[in-house]
Amino acid sequence: MKHLLDTRDLSLEDALNILDTADYMREVGTRTVKKLPALQGRTVVNLFFEDSTRTRLSFETAEKRLSADIINFAAKGSSVSKGESLKDTAQTLAAINADAVVVRHSASGAPQRLAEAGWIDVPILNAGDGTHAHPTQALLDAMTLRQFRESVTGIPTRGSTLEGMRVAIVGDILHSRVARSNMWLLHTLGAEVVFVAPPTLLPIGVEDWPCEVFYSFDEAMETDLDAVMLLRIQMERMNAAFFPSVEEYSRLWGLTPERFKTLDKSKQETAILHPGPMNRGLEISSIAADSQQSWVLRQVNNGVSVRMAALYLLMTGGSSADFQTH
Amino acid sequence: MTSKYLIKNVSILGENTSDIFIEDGKIARIGSSLEAQDATVVDGEGLIALPGLVDLHTHLREPGQEDAETVESGTQAAALGGYTAVFAMANSKPVADTAGVVEQVFELGKDSGWVKVQPIGAVTQGLKGEKLSEMGAMAESRAQVRVFSDDGMCVWDPALMRRALEYVKTFNGVIAQHAQEPRLTENAQMNEGKVSAELGLAGWPAVAEESIIARDVLLAEHVNSRLHICHLSTKGSVEIVRWAKERGINVTAEVTPHHLLLTDELVRTYDPVYKVNPPLRTEEDVMALRRAVAEGIIDIIGTDHAPHPLEAKDCEWACAANGMTGLEQALSIVQKTLVDTGLISWSRVAEIMSSKPAEIGLASDQGRPLAEGEPANIVLIDPHAERIINPQEQATKGKNNPYRSMHVPGAVRATFFEGHPTVLDGALATPHTQR
Repeated sequence: MKHLLDTRDLSLEDALNILDTADYMREVGTRTVKKLPALQGRTVVNLFFEDSTRTRLSFETAEKRLSADIINFAAKGSSVSKGESLKDTAQTLAAINADAVVVRHSASGAPQRLAEAGWIDVPILNAGDGTHAHPTQALLDAMTLRQFRESVTGIPTRGSTLEGMRVAIVGDILHSRVARSNMWLLHTLGAEVVFVAPPTLLPIGVEDWPCEVFYSFDEAMETDLDAVMLLRIQMERMNAAFFPSVEEYSRLWGLTPERFKTLDKSKQETAILHPGPMNRGLEISSIAADSQQSWVLRQVNNGVSVRMAALYLLMTGGSSADFQTH
Repeated sequence: MTSKYLIKNVSILGENTSDIFIEDGKIARIGSSLEAQDATVVDGEGLIALPGLVDLHTHLREPGQEDAETVESGTQAAALGGYTAVFAMANSKPVADTAGVVEQVFELGKDSGWVKVQPIGAVTQGLKGEKLSEMGAMAESRAQVRVFSDDGMCVWDPALMRRALEYVKTFNGVIAQHAQEPRLTENAQMNEGKVSAELGLAGWPAVAEESIIARDVLLAEHVNSRLHICHLSTKGSVEIVRWAKERGINVTAEVTPHHLLLTDELVRTYDPVYKVNPPLRTEEDVMALRRAVAEGIIDIIGTDHAPHPLEAKDCEWACAANGMTGLEQALSIVQKTLVDTGLISWSRVAEIMSSKPAEIGLASDQGRPLAEGEPANIVLIDPHAERIINPQEQATKGKNNPYRSMHVPGAVRATFFEGHPTVLDGALATPHTQR
């Protein structure tokens, strides 16, 4: 594994390696001294062509906990607005001997271009590209789902897949890199993936994906879901005829208090996830977001661990076996 | 100064072997064992003679984008590709929407002397799709424009399209439509389907092309005018054109070499060299387009040769320009996809790459039969040659070539433009400036 660009090509072995390493990194985060010397003297560049608070914060925390030197490069604009080109930026980072680049970009495929165009030869970590992929988000979601399953069944997280779990992802699938990356990863880990969305927010071609599709949230909820992940509805979709109104969207595809109650009453225990930031009252009601079933803050916590794991594995060539307790 | 050339033992249209004697820009004689003193002899053994190719869809970029291509470099590429005429698209800077600009392009072509350059005029001022450009003035200019197109942009307004189709009847013109419904293709990056869904690139659906073609063939029928569809790219478009032709509508259709070979699977690399408009489609579309050429539903090959400077493609996919070069390998791609697959003969190649485009564009001295008394526009090709495409060795300034490193069959050995060899032994000779 040279880069982390997408979860589509991630093997089961690689995925488990990252998740098991992340479990160890999580323990580090609970200590008083939360730092490992693993990346001491190595330079990681956070190259953000698109605004991000949460993901950047998470990556930065992960890098600091691994003792890396950090350069934050908020190249808002890029060649899209005739600023410096991606190529020039990449070559600049190569010239200052960066050891890894974490990149977020509004253009789908930009991290793959960085990895393959020959401009720079270091590990590239995709921190979200356009509507294509967000692999570390999918990994942190998988990590959270393993923890949820451990809490319900007692199956320890280490080494375990998500075989038999049924996970619904609800909302704007069409524009969601989170949905795409989750689908590929959860499928690799053996979970059943269910997409729930209005037809306007599903891509043409979804029928070829390894997932089930429901237009009706209520029908999907009757199929014994282990987890429900709500996706954020972006402001710019609201005025583009994808759905008639915010109110109607919320009624039909939101985790409303009524739906939350139904979920709560079913004998099946169901985890609630959201990649954040949440539109409370739109795709998720506050009562659901703040409930016992909500794993949203655990997701944030796991984000740091997963990113530590990915950085560690890509930059040192190590494996989860490095942290086996004796 | 009169130049005489004697081509020995060449297979005319891939059929009978003859000698061709060229004198004073004309085919003076065709026959066996011809002899001519003081003529330069060209050995045609193993070669096929076709009428000089005619491209109804070339972007020469001059005036305004000389960093991408000039009339000189573009027409050199054309000659090397076996062409004796190219129609230069109107999306230059300034746009070719006045008599002044089309005459400038026409004169630049004349001066360079590699092929005949026939300018295309814009349908609307500035390609904005709002007001008709002065098509009459362009038709009456020295450039004698007969083909009008907003290529790159669709004439999307149905009322304006209707008026344009009606208006060009004045001088027997034709509207060449870039069929792309703009609202259905906002920010579109690639063919909409399985691959776009995975790559997270905004889709350019087939229906955006097909709905405009359906509308325009009905408009052409209603006003009884002549319509040409540029770069048809989908299976559904073929069905609509088939229907229109059966109905007797005066419509012709074009396909590019790249849409006959490449598919949207290539976009998985995110390499913008594969970014083109209309986008690369699916294997099913490719096969339907090939069959449509064989069945005569598609009339011509247009290259849509679209050179770009390096930086326009050396970036993220979404930022990259649309377009790929085509002139120097169009014939090879046609051979690979249509001839070597047994779908069409070399005489059909002469139709789709020479006589029919000349007929659509009313270039009366081009696309003529290889017969005594006709203008000596001839290309000699070696169908048994194999070559590896190397963009760096090409004459076009555009290195945005999707076939780089690909093995392709066939090579142009010589091109005669009005009796003058612009290409000999597979390399540029001299331009034909004594005209």
